Amino acid sequence: MSQRGVVVAKPYERLSREQVELINRTSLDILKSPGILCYHEESVSLLEKAGAKVKATREGEHDAWWVSIPEKAVRQALDTAPSKVTLGARNPENQVIMDAEETRVHFGSGSETNYWLEVEPETFVSKQDGREQVFPVMKKSRGNVSYLCRSAHLANNLENLDFFIRNVNVQDEDITTDNKDVNVFFASLNNITKPVIGGIADFEQLEKVVNMAEIIAGGKEELIKNPVTSFITSVIKSPLQVVAETAEKLIAIARMGLPVVISTSPQGGSTAPIDEMGMVAQVNAEALTGIVINQLANPGAPVIYGAVPVRARMDDLHDMYGVPEFCHYNMACAQMARYYKVPCYSTAGVGDAKVPGVQAAVEKMFTYSAVPFAAPDLIHYAFGLLDKTQTFSPEQAVLDNHQIGMVKFLHRESGVNAEAADKTKQIVEEVMNSPYRMYARYARKMLRRGGVFGGFPFEGENDDQDQTLLKLNERFRQLEEVEPQHLPEDICSRIFEQTPGLLPRLNPYA
Amino acid sequence: MKDKLIEGIVENVLQGRRNKDDEGIEEENIGEPGVAELVQEALDNGIDTNTILLEGLSKGMEQVGQKYETGEYFIPDMLTAAEAVEAGMTVMEPYLAGEGTSEGKGKVIMATVEKDLHDIGKNLVSIMLKGAGFNVVDLGIDVPAARIVEAAEEENADLVGLSALLNTTMVNMEDVVKELEKKGLRDKIKVIIGGAPTSDDFASEIGADGYGKDAFAAIRVAEELLKAGGNK
Ligand code: B12
Repeated sequence: MSQRGVVVAKPYERLSREQVELINRTSLDILKSPGILCYHEESVSLLEKAGAKVKATREGEHDAWWVSIPEKAVRQALDTAPSKVTLGARNPENQVIMDAEETRVHFGSGSETNYWLEVEPETFVSKQDGREQVFPVMKKSRGNVSYLCRSAHLANNLENLDFFIRNVNVQDEDITTDNKDVNVFFASLNNITKPVIGGIADFEQLEKVVNMAEIIAGGKEELIKNPVTSFITSVIKSPLQVVAETAEKLIAIARMGLPVVISTSPQGGSTAPIDEMGMVAQVNAEALTGIVINQLANPGAPVIYGAVPVRARMDDLHDMYGVPEFCHYNMACAQMARYYKVPCYSTAGVGDAKVPGVQAAVEKMFTYSAVPFAAPDLIHYAFGLLDKTQTFSPEQAVLDNHQIGMVKFLHRESGVNAEAADKTKQIVEEVMNSPYRMYARYARKMLRRGGVFGGFPFEGENDDQDQTLLKLNERFRQLEEVEPQHLPEDICSRIFEQTPGLLPRLNPYA
Repeated sequence: MKDKLIEGIVENVLQGRRNKDDEGIEEENIGEPGVAELVQEALDNGIDTNTILLEGLSKGMEQVGQKYETGEYFIPDMLTAAEAVEAGMTVMEPYLAGEGTSEGKGKVIMATVEKDLHDIGKNLVSIMLKGAGFNVVDLGIDVPAARIVEAAEEENADLVGLSALLNTTMVNMEDVVKELEKKGLRDKIKVIIGGAPTSDDFASEIGADGYGKDAFAAIRVAEELLKAGGNK
């Protein structure tokens, strides 16, 4: 049994059973008419065989097909889709075992930011009184492979991070389409022993990445049992369009029997309706479409219902993550996935703020307090993401780790039971008859057992300055010093032999 | 034998076990002798009070303090350990009286001043002072100045510790100082104060001898004052 994540004992059901059924019905109606617009021929023929009505069309330069998906094809797919999916890990103790019928929530990172934003403490002199004071100055750099390695290493050391999705985009000069995927997956897998999930940029690289994973897992069969890496495919372009290249990857991954997240990210107000009813009906239809194609390609293949519904910002149509509607959308989707008994990939903890600070803390704490109540299996984007996913900040990730620790603690069991009731009466009796009537003595056992939350570990000493960022920077530096858990030398050399395009500088034994 | 008993006292102070009925930080030791039983056994075996105090109780408390500083122990551990020391002191009291050294590091009267009901901080200070080897008489909450001074006189106290948490009641601290002066006791008895609204400045303003921002400061200030100022 997986010990990772946290069980949410009584998930909050925002929608009534009737409302869930109404959304289901509406999504099915949408899938029938207007149906989806599919740009991928093989998907079209799979859907056609399952009873879909298909009508060819042209969209600009491309062949496309209007596909009306019948309810029975969806039912069939939901029947064959497993409710239990395991995300493997280099260290099998770190596996994330998902069961759509249970309510264990796991937190992970994501996803490919362009920038890495780091704190650099600098000393300033006050113009008022000449006093020296240290302030955190922010340094922003373009993402590269080295930052990716550092963030995977950091993620390995954040105890509340349960799975890793690469969080920095690699923009080195020697990274090209032909070698990006292998380097990204290697940089991740070589630095973390927790589950790795990621997208494939170039279809040609898929096989090489899977081969690498097989070497790590110890063979083809072993990889199926312990899929040290799983995949994400953004197969849908909202509204309701199936993208050709991603559909191709989705089908290939399904046939390999490896876990895949169907991720669709409509923006309420631009590419989806902004109201909850409309947004959830559409995003649900989109997720179901991905599941149907996946199950038609390989019935029973492990698949995850991935919905990343966001809201549009009304002044510039950027994504907006730290708003109540974002929670509404995501909580409703978690309910839909549970209704279908398919594990759910959800989102929380992105800061719209550009830098760590008050705004980021407000936005993040708001969504990752709320969304887990709906008990999705996976919550991604939860570590270090700022500027609406444009920027990764390691210091912010360290803070997120703490805040997620609070969220996990929040969902602990109450401990109210008959034995505790007897103990309570006994202790009250004792304390009432003691000189100072203090319960401190009885707090010790809870404290020792980890039953007392530690408080805010990044509190500063100054009366006139918030020093949290400086403290976070200190902690990040400490964590960077932790010995990396690289792949063993023989595995590394086999991977380098068999994987053209890997950058030699990534080999820890070279 | 002697070493084993003294070691047991240190260990049980660390575990915060007053007597055999207490559980320590580990659960399995209920029923085994605690500080009170071990101190009694040590006395019965002719170990002198000074050794028990210095090598047992105080040493245990010192180690507790170190553990607190390194973050291994928290306030509940400190309090519990201090209570265990107090239990040991209670057993030793008749023996100390016999030796004419019953006051330990000195006698302290503690009280929350009139009209003030806050006592969590004051209790913490009382317990910790006891744990540090002071002989503390705690008068409780809402204690009028006259009663405090009367008790200080009766008990032949070296120090009066006053607590106030309200800025409406902290002024009553000054009454205690004045009352001591009126009775001609001010030279013999030191006054220290504490509680959130009070401060070093306020202490000087009302003519008190010291201020402690927390229980550790309380011990430090009390020790300094009684060392410096003519402990009888
Ligand atoms: C708990 C509490 C209560 C509890 C008290 C329970 C109890 N058994 O003590 C109850 C609910 C009863 C209570 C009642 C009231 N309270 Co009240 N209470 C508090 C609170 C939240 C915490 C105090 C506390 O225990 N702190 C924890 C202990 C460990 O800290 P401490 O007391 O400061 O003690 C430490 C140091 O100060 C020092 N120290 C303390 N005493 C001494 C003595 C010496 C000699 C030395 C050296 C050191 C020392 O060492 C201690 C250990 O480190 C404070 C808020 C605050 N921030 O202080 C308000 C507070 C003190 N209360 C307040 C008020 C207004 C009241 C009421 C008037 C509310 C009402 N309207 O009914 C009543 C007054 C009752 C009365 N007549 O006294 C205000 C006072 C405002 C003011 N400036 O005067 C405060 C500050 C809250 C606020 N911000 O409004 N209160």
